[in-house]
Amino acid sequence: MSNFVELSIAKAINAGLRKCMQDNPKVLMFGEDVAQLGGVFRVTEGLHAEFGDKQIFNTPIAESGIVGTAIGLAMRGYRPVTEIQFDGFIFPAFDQIVTQLAKMQNRSEGFTPMPVVVRVPYGGGIGAVEHHSESPEAYFAHTAGLRVVSPSNPNDAYWMIQQAILSDDPVMFFEPKRRYWQKGPVNLDEPPMDSYSARVLHEGSQLTIATYGPMTAVALQAVEIAASEGKSIELIDLRSLSPIDFPTIINSVKKTGRLIVAHEASTGFSVGSEVAARVAEEAFYHLEAPVIRVGGFDVPYPAAKLEEIFLPDADRILEAVDRSLAY
Amino acid sequence: MNANNSPAVPTVQLLNPEGDYGVPKEWATYGKYIDRLTEADFLKFYRDMARMRRFDREAEALQRQGQLGLWIPAIGQEAAQIGSGYGVGHNDHIFPSYREHGVAITHNIDLMSILKMLRGVNHGGWNPEETRFHLYAIVLGSQVLHATGYAMGVKMDGKVGNGDIENDLAVISYFGDGATAEGDISESFLFAAVNNSPIVFFCQNNQWAISSSVASQTKVPLYRRGEGFGVPGIRIDGNDVLASYAVTAKHMDDAREGAGPFMIEALTYRIGAHTTSDDPTKYRDASEVEYWKARDPLARFETFLRRQGISQDFFDEVDEAGEKLSAEIREATFALTTPPVENMFKYVYSDPHPRIQEQFEWIKKYEATFGEDAHS
Repeated sequence: MSNFVELSIAKAINAGLRKCMQDNPKVLMFGEDVAQLGGVFRVTEGLHAEFGDKQIFNTPIAESGIVGTAIGLAMRGYRPVTEIQFDGFIFPAFDQIVTQLAKMQNRSEGFTPMPVVVRVPYGGGIGAVEHHSESPEAYFAHTAGLRVVSPSNPNDAYWMIQQAILSDDPVMFFEPKRRYWQKGPVNLDEPPMDSYSARVLHEGSQLTIATYGPMTAVALQAVEIAASEGKSIELIDLRSLSPIDFPTIINSVKKTGRLIVAHEASTGFSVGSEVAARVAEEAFYHLEAPVIRVGGFDVPYPAAKLEEIFLPDADRILEAVDRSLAY
Repeated sequence: MNANNSPAVPTVQLLNPEGDYGVPKEWATYGKYIDRLTEADFLKFYRDMARMRRFDREAEALQRQGQLGLWIPAIGQEAAQIGSGYGVGHNDHIFPSYREHGVAITHNIDLMSILKMLRGVNHGGWNPEETRFHLYAIVLGSQVLHATGYAMGVKMDGKVGNGDIENDLAVISYFGDGATAEGDISESFLFAAVNNSPIVFFCQNNQWAISSSVASQTKVPLYRRGEGFGVPGIRIDGNDVLASYAVTAKHMDDAREGAGPFMIEALTYRIGAHTTSDDPTKYRDASEVEYWKARDPLARFETFLRRQGISQDFFDEVDEAGEKLSAEIREATFALTTPPVENMFKYVYSDPHPRIQEQFEWIKKYEATFGEDAHS
């Protein structure tokens, strides 16, 4: 009999962090305002009271410093988990992530693994000011040496953060910030699957939608509306963006013949672009229609009053479904 | 001469350019570190400075002959590197930039590891934890944050301030005058200061960041760069091996004992080019180079040793060892082979990653179609 509890995504990540910090005192949590305050989203709330300064501490507001010192701590045998306060603030750390964190294992020919997790609340839909709503995951998925994952629900959030911390490779952990308060059952006893497998959330026969992170709930809504109209759509939650579980996508496309990839990130040079190219390479003769990407526009993330136009919603996905089925 | 190397700046110098040894009253605390050295230590310092120079000249020749893709000369910086390298304790960790061939010598790094990188065989590949000499860092300042994080970890481990030289340790990070402009250096000072981390920041001010003079890189002498962050500093004569040894040893001891971070600026001079791709005649006067050649750190220390009564036999022996080193380096460089294709794929991740595995499988099959003409 499994032990289920109802948690929000934020609380599930908190519980996963707590578990790892209890199991291994070398697991450290640090970043801006993560200690007494619990982070601006309260994801680390209560951890400082439980573990104290030795395992969780605030840093100066210097993202390159946060990741750069995490690299040094990992060299010393720690397993640092860092929090970047918002997606749009990750760029001062981009150099340390791309030129150092991602390459250290390779540069040292395996002598210096980098068990570092970089947690990043990402995505829009919260009415925020500039630089607080972005989806920069493709930059990191493009970078060899990094693993990139994004949970879409509390159970995955609870387990994937633990799997990320246990990984000897650096993991970019993208947290769907507008879903932080979305609740769901968490199985405290048994992980659902490894972090790098995609999950078929809903089976269907006419078309496949692949998505991840905050867009998963939107896509599920589109699938349900389509079902009420008699259309059978298969929905895949990618969960991992590096590596991407292509066999699951390809198998689904071989069955349905049609694919839509949906995400919040700008469409050009995106995860959707990579999935579309790969499906064209591996399932060309199975396609009944071109792969369609549904994503944000190739513009800077707009001011909040326009974000509902920028972000794909169920209707935008359904518009693509209609185009694909009519092809 | 510019504001940054003005003689008005207080500078620790124990051996003057004429080779006279003396400890001014204000530097007595450093003089004690020289008092405990033996003649054997002095000879070791000289031997390694000469070894560093010989290695440098040989590597430059190998580059000119097309055997290395690039060489990064450090001639002129022997005292700064050999002195400070020996000031680092046997548990301490070293985070170099990319010109620290002399520091590598003092910690028994196989010099072929450095030539492998410059020949294009790999990007490093020695064991940093075991050697305590971390990998060369090409992105300026990047390694200083790693050193700072490492030092934070040392303190968390409780390895500071126990008065136990066998178990306590500190960290030293090397960087140049040009790197001080990078934000990572400032962030390192800050993180180290607020955490009171056991670290010494060792800046070799060789006065040229490729073609940019140090005057264009800083308004204030570099040893003061850490002050506002809470990192005190001192300038040393970087061409004085004894000052470099004593000041490094003293502040590594202090860091190990819990005094927190400290910065050393070693004022020296890059006699050669930035790299073999550089042409320094385009941006600096020959007279400036001549001025500094006259302050050669090796010649200065040789004068001192001869006055100590060290005989010609010793210097002959050093020359012979140099000839032997050159021959060994040449032979070992010629023997370096192209690495196997799998090296490009096998270290990217610790755990298997399907994209990398697929591409490795593909290139193996593709290469196989060339039969005997395939890469290894």
